[in-house]
Amino acid sequence: MGSPVNRDDIARLATDFYSLLESFKQTPFYHLIFEIFLILTVLWLVCFRKPRPIAKKLTEKEKQELIDEWQPEPLVPPVDTNHPALNVRVLDGIVGKTIEIDGRKSLNFATFNFLNFVGNQRIADKAIQAVQKYGVGSCGPRGFYGTIDIHLELEERLARFFNFEEGIIYSYGFSTIASIIPAYSKRNDILFVDEGIHYAIQKGVEASRSTVKWFRHNDINDLERLLAEQDKHDKKNPKKASTIRRFLIIEGLYMNYGDICPLPRMVELKYKYKYRIFMDESVSFGTIGQTGRGVTEYHNVDRQKIDLISSTLEYSVGSIGGFAVGSSFVIDHQRLSAQGYCFSASLPPLLAAAAIEALNIMDEENSGLFETLMDKSKRLHKKLLDIKGYRVLGEDISPLKHLSLANSLNTIGRLEYIVEFAQTRGITITIARYLNDEHHLPEPSIRLILNVEMTDEELEFLCTVLQEALVKVTA
Amino acid sequence: MKSTNFRMVNKNVEINYDNNNKSKSIDEDDLQCEEFEETPLYAAVLTYISYAILCLFGWLRDFLRQSKIEKKRGAVDPNASLGFVPLYQSYESFYTRNMYTRVRDIFNRPIASVPGPQFELTERISDDYNWTYRYTGKTVSAINLGSYNYLGFAEKTGPCAIDTINGLKSYAIANCSTRSEIGTQRYHIELEQLVAEFLGVESCIAFGMGFATNALNIPVIASKGDLILSDEMNHISLILGMRLSGACYQTFEHNDMNDLEKKLRAAIVHGHSRTNRPWKKIIIVVEGVYSMEGSICRLPQLIELKKKYKAYLYMDEAHSIGAMGKSGRGIVDYFNVNSNDVDILMGTFTKSFGSAGGYIAGKKSLIDHIRVNSHAHTYASSMSAPIVQQIISSLQLLKGPEGQKRINQLADNARYFRRKLVDMGFIIYGNKYSPVVPMLLYMPARVTRFNREMLRRGIAVVTVGFPATKLLEARVRFCLSAAHTRQMLDAALEAIDEVGTDISLRYSTRHKPQRLKDL
Repeated sequence: MGSPVNRDDIARLATDFYSLLESFKQTPFYHLIFEIFLILTVLWLVCFRKPRPIAKKLTEKEKQELIDEWQPEPLVPPVDTNHPALNVRVLDGIVGKTIEIDGRKSLNFATFNFLNFVGNQRIADKAIQAVQKYGVGSCGPRGFYGTIDIHLELEERLARFFNFEEGIIYSYGFSTIASIIPAYSKRNDILFVDEGIHYAIQKGVEASRSTVKWFRHNDINDLERLLAEQDKHDKKNPKKASTIRRFLIIEGLYMNYGDICPLPRMVELKYKYKYRIFMDESVSFGTIGQTGRGVTEYHNVDRQKIDLISSTLEYSVGSIGGFAVGSSFVIDHQRLSAQGYCFSASLPPLLAAAAIEALNIMDEENSGLFETLMDKSKRLHKKLLDIKGYRVLGEDISPLKHLSLANSLNTIGRLEYIVEFAQTRGITITIARYLNDEHHLPEPSIRLILNVEMTDEELEFLCTVLQEALVKVTA
Repeated sequence: MKSTNFRMVNKNVEINYDNNNKSKSIDEDDLQCEEFEETPLYAAVLTYISYAILCLFGWLRDFLRQSKIEKKRGAVDPNASLGFVPLYQSYESFYTRNMYTRVRDIFNRPIASVPGPQFELTERISDDYNWTYRYTGKTVSAINLGSYNYLGFAEKTGPCAIDTINGLKSYAIANCSTRSEIGTQRYHIELEQLVAEFLGVESCIAFGMGFATNALNIPVIASKGDLILSDEMNHISLILGMRLSGACYQTFEHNDMNDLEKKLRAAIVHGHSRTNRPWKKIIIVVEGVYSMEGSICRLPQLIELKKKYKAYLYMDEAHSIGAMGKSGRGIVDYFNVNSNDVDILMGTFTKSFGSAGGYIAGKKSLIDHIRVNSHAHTYASSMSAPIVQQIISSLQLLKGPEGQKRINQLADNARYFRRKLVDMGFIIYGNKYSPVVPMLLYMPARVTRFNREMLRRGIAVVTVGFPATKLLEARVRFCLSAAHTRQMLDAALEAIDEVGTDISLRYSTRHKPQRLKDL
């Protein structure tokens, strides 16, 4: 209990306060204004003024010193002169079923010449006719007089081959899919991508700046998991979800693994989770299916359900360039938005003419080309499996197979020894080359490619040489 | 009304050519003489009004289509009603539906012959305002002022064509493999050696596509932690390459060396804007001849700057190799500087050599590094034999008297054409000596009308508007060729004179408007 406040104290306080007010009345007016101004300034300084950061002001002399001192890195780091890219085998001549290296011929199991169109006389004749009509280069992009009637013909033939509405061609295989993906998928969109895709597709995915969700190679359950997760996320914010486009990026036959994607299930999921499918059929075009129309034919899936199929003219067709086919709604957009199409010179007409003739050959009713190819691939697969000691990756009907040694034996050094040994025996094979910044670097392997015109004896010879090499390398 | 002024850039420069005591060329200032006359105010206002009217009509038509008064044309999404997110933004397709389609016939014109100085266009007619076309089967002959055929190598007869056909017979068309695996042929090595020798550098590497040369190799040279200073008018392939590389990039004003120097100083002094760490290296990216502006990069000043600030220089000579310089060796030859001063020389074979593909040239260490790490070298198919043979043949020709004749003819044609157009009173951008001649049209309707009227008179031209150029600066770009004869140029000038008078295209206030017959 404090001392009681008595009436005297209050009275004293009141008088003090009253005299204070009196003194206020007696001070000059300007003094009051000054005092109020001071109080307001203090209030403002305390409450409202943010602390300004002290700017670093350098003198000219200091700047010049910094400029003089700065040393950049050399333009490029030193490079190992023994790197395989600097020591490649140099060829001379037509790279068909046989190759000539340093004056010696060998059987070619290394180039993507599946249907042996390289060196085909019909195709060469048509290409020569095109040079005699159109010259060599097209001298301009498609928008500015670089469109030649032969391009329009090729686009129409490709669309007809796949039974789609429209086709579009590019002048470089790598740029095809790398330009297509960024044309449709932008920053806010989602891409569901198989981990095992080819580098060119990875670059397209990177250039698009979209959110990327990788799923394990050919693992449909992993894809479903990702889709279900995204679906749950969407239900929380349906308004935002209705502005995000989704795409599934897959390959028909994977170049790095030789296996085929589980397309039917992916198409089912497409209608459940509402994404669009962009399939790259670079390897499967002209190799898989009864009439060479790819994985959609193999799996018996309605091709119209795939939104876009892209492929290359550089493998089975034996020309240069790439293309995409789909409905007009999808393909027409690329004519204004795909950078590799709008801002690049168009395909030289002789290469387009070669591609058209190749398509003519593929379209011929009784050629039996594709059945023969699938048949031989199956036989080769069996023969390779019979050489115990190699791991053979790839479907049995795939003409592209990856060969590697078992487990810890599988090093680039040993594989290079096998390749060199095979070369001395008259077989040309190659190690699949990758850059280190692949998203999912595949195991080292030898990429074996089957040419449809290889005979049974030649396949036997291949296996014999591989067997011998295996013995030498594991000794 | 504000009086228009023009900015004529004319510099007096002292250059030190160390190691190479070449005498300073007499008309040094003349080589860099460029003109970029400012947009007249009335043209700017009318252009904005034109776009506004187009937008209004666009919205009106969209409304009519929505309310089913007008039929919806164009392709329809097969997945539309199934709950898929629309594939295209509605504002993106607004431009396509309402502005681009109306004038689509001036772009993508198919041709049915060699893209030489005169060619045949396939006749196409539209009955429904450019939504669909039908081909009548006839062709229309026209003088070609649109294709990139600077030295006239787009030929179907002659030594180059014969060599190409022989190459095709000896090596077939494709190799179906990559350069780093089993796709390297002897002719690739021969090509690279020839180009390196032609340019006067140690080594060179060639690729099958010019666009891909930039987009896939800049990431090999630049990476995270580097700074790239790029001219604001650089080609989109350079920008894509810069983006994919992961390095930071800043633009400097077009051909403005003072701005570049300021940015260089700021970059070295302050480092990375957020972390203040010093940059690992700085690369300046410019083009030799800018194809939309007609200007030439200021190489002597660039070399001086790059040496002073220890930066590296990347020059894209897509349009200048073969076309510029006394012996066709590009901008390095044009300014008479040492080719080793430019760290990375890039160019394409599409324009002056009548073929396809691109190259990068420089020191052996640089080229070896690119060979090991390039995306194109490791994953893309190697170049086709007839294509390479055409380049080799045209290069051999270029080194001889025939080549010199073509180079002189091109320079002559460029000077003559440009001079006449400028004297007539049209606004022409760019350098006096560049073979690319952009003439300003400004309004979108004039872009279309000019193109159609010229075709009616038998001249095929390339007109570009927004978004390829700035909104106000729609233009027609003439690409001259060594194969154009004086008669062809005169015929073109007459047609331009007529159409220019009809549409009132004589905007220039610096030069008095005159008719061709009065010159």
